[in-house]
Amino acid sequence: MPVFFLTDLLLFALLALALGFGFYAATQEHLRAPWRSVLRSRIGAVSLVVLSAYGCIGLLDSIHFHPKLPQQGATTGPSYSPEILSLLDLWLTPLRTQQEKTYSAPFATHLYAKEQIRLPDGRTVRDYPRLRFGGAHLEDPATQKAGDIARRSAFGLLQAFGVWGGLVALLLGWQARCRGYKQALSWLFGDPPRRAALLTLGLLLALGFVVAALAPYYHVFGTDKVGEDVLYQGLKSIRTGLVIGTLTTLIMLPLAVLLGILAGYFRGLADDLIQYLYTTLNSVPSVLLIAAAVLMLQVYMNNHAEAFTSLAERADLRLFFLCLILGITSWTGLCRLLRGETLKLREMDFVQAAQALGVGPLTLLGRHILPNVLHIVLISVVLDFSGLVLAEAVLSYINIGVDPSMNSWGNMINSARLELAREPIVWWSLSCAFLLMFLLVLFANLFADVVRDALDPRLRGARP
Amino acid sequence: MSAYLLRRFLYAFPILLGVNCLTFALFFLVNSPDDMARMQLGQKRVTPEAIEQWKRERGYDKPLFYNGEASGWGRFTETIFFEKSLRLFLFDFGSSDAGRDIGYDIAQRMWPSLAIAVPVLLVGLLVNLSFALFLVLFRGTYIDLGGVVLLVALLSISSLFYIIGGQYLLGKLLRLAPISGYDTGLHAWKFLVLPVIVGVLSGIGSGTRLYRTFFLEEAAKDYVRTARAKGLSERLVLFRHILGNALIPILTGVVVVLPLLFLGSLLTESFFGIPGLGSYTLDAINNQDFAIVRAMVFLGSVLYILGLVLTDLSYVLVDPRVRLH
Repeated sequence: MPVFFLTDLLLFALLALALGFGFYAATQEHLRAPWRSVLRSRIGAVSLVVLSAYGCIGLLDSIHFHPKLPQQGATTGPSYSPEILSLLDLWLTPLRTQQEKTYSAPFATHLYAKEQIRLPDGRTVRDYPRLRFGGAHLEDPATQKAGDIARRSAFGLLQAFGVWGGLVALLLGWQARCRGYKQALSWLFGDPPRRAALLTLGLLLALGFVVAALAPYYHVFGTDKVGEDVLYQGLKSIRTGLVIGTLTTLIMLPLAVLLGILAGYFRGLADDLIQYLYTTLNSVPSVLLIAAAVLMLQVYMNNHAEAFTSLAERADLRLFFLCLILGITSWTGLCRLLRGETLKLREMDFVQAAQALGVGPLTLLGRHILPNVLHIVLISVVLDFSGLVLAEAVLSYINIGVDPSMNSWGNMINSARLELAREPIVWWSLSCAFLLMFLLVLFANLFADVVRDALDPRLRGARP
Repeated sequence: MSAYLLRRFLYAFPILLGVNCLTFALFFLVNSPDDMARMQLGQKRVTPEAIEQWKRERGYDKPLFYNGEASGWGRFTETIFFEKSLRLFLFDFGSSDAGRDIGYDIAQRMWPSLAIAVPVLLVGLLVNLSFALFLVLFRGTYIDLGGVVLLVALLSISSLFYIIGGQYLLGKLLRLAPISGYDTGLHAWKFLVLPVIVGVLSGIGSGTRLYRTFFLEEAAKDYVRTARAKGLSERLVLFRHILGNALIPILTGVVVVLPLLFLGSLLTESFFGIPGLGSYTLDAINNQDFAIVRAMVFLGSVLYILGLVLTDLSYVLVDPRVRLH
């Protein structure tokens, strides 16, 4: 039985919007050209592949449902579990269900802490007990573990290579049909950005398959305090990061675009009012505004606890409001940029000509102004993304971010921070969050730079 | 000039009023004082008497905008809006929900915040400028490319990891500096070393990248080509022409944040246990002390507007082409 969260719906609406724009842009040469130049750059192609991988995981995690329970007795109709899962959960079932007692290091076979163990002969000793799931299939971990890991990794690599090879063969065959085998080979590997993208895809596949081969038998990134698999938490956090990074700008986009264009085009009183609005919002330090708004949200939610059917729904609503609040604090920059650009555009000859021909203000804004400021909107959406992902971690750390029950990198860091004082230190939670977050933000930054260079008419042609 | 300043200060008034209305709406209209009292006193089993008392002790028992029971001006002054919001304009912050005098606390905690923020700003400016100049000197080479990649990588690391990494590496492993804490007077310096290093490091990525683009923009202009064409050495062009002119946007960018230094940094101060305004705000957020958050929001807006005015003034000082009317 499917469940639709608010952020799920918005995420899919965004996807549909992006696809729709993509198809429309593909038919228009002037829109297609900058995006083609994004794909022509090696960095652009590579970051697009990595970001798509993150996007796929995030989307898989956005399809939620109540799993069907096994039929019990003569009840009529299927019964559903109260638990809400996503497709990603289903795929990661071994990671989700294989819960240990407490901390264990990556690839460990024994628990982090010593415990009283009762031996078969009745004596008790204090030692590190074996893990329930991590490496449980091994008879003698000390001697077998390295070989087992190597064997499984090699198997994963082999699988990955097979899939990658199949993909390459498919592409080759497709190209070979219209331009011959030799040409197809140089089309695929002679072209730097395409080669780089293929190699990145190969690397990602290798990484994915090796982890997939190991994860059911070991905890690749260890387990946390309550014994949950850290890799599972890290992967689940991807959706939170993506939602914050994309929905925040999406939610405030219509308002920022509308107000910015109106202020720039009509000037006078409208301009004064809109400028006053965004100066006021801008002058409150954003952290404080977010803190104040989230505090109020908490009070509201605590006093209206009965309005939420489940904890997950409550956490989701809080995520949505966080996006809204972050959006309110960040739309002002875009609005100001759009106002300035519209002020410039309205004096241009083509706008003046349209006015002289008697085109109404609505048509003029929609047909002549909006398409000419669209590149600013796109650039700011892409540029804001990485900053928002980073902001989520900081806000969650100071308890004004996402719900504590929700998986997010900020919450992971927050709970792992104090464990650095332990001896030996528990480093794996932090490094998992660091690695996943760093890769996403790094490639988002690189992608944003390429997109900006391609879309900004001032920069176009400035670089070789 | 003075007419301009006067106008700017008068213009600040409606903005601050707007900020006040915004926070007022957030704190008193979205949730009533009753809701807040219930939240503070615990969700369940709160007697109406306890709520009334909580409200009376903190002055939340008055009507929001209009007090029909009072007489004369009291109808407007003996309300929550006047006492809690409009009084802020006189920098009268009142007392926190826990009963402490907010104005006194702010005056006390301002200094540790400044002790961290000012060195971070100055050292950071120096480091970023030198790094950016170094990259511009080698522009178009692999050194430049490698430097830019490094900057983007530095930029992509969350500030949380800089702090955690700094504390672990310098504080715990190498034992070069105490991990956290603070001392009074000049003894505080050894507690400041680590936060300042971490603060500078975490700013390198964005700062240097920004300054590099400023330099490159300047380097592409015609007068630089003229300077080179008349035979000036590359070093002279870089230091005399490019650096001088690129300093204008850099300086004005710094001036904007100067007043905000008072507020300190939420993250740094809480991680390093420094009793500044940042950790003050964070504690207030965690204790849900709404009076302090309200006061800090107002103070932050005042400082922000001050920063904007200072920026305009600094333009006049460093750029002779700009005149304010």
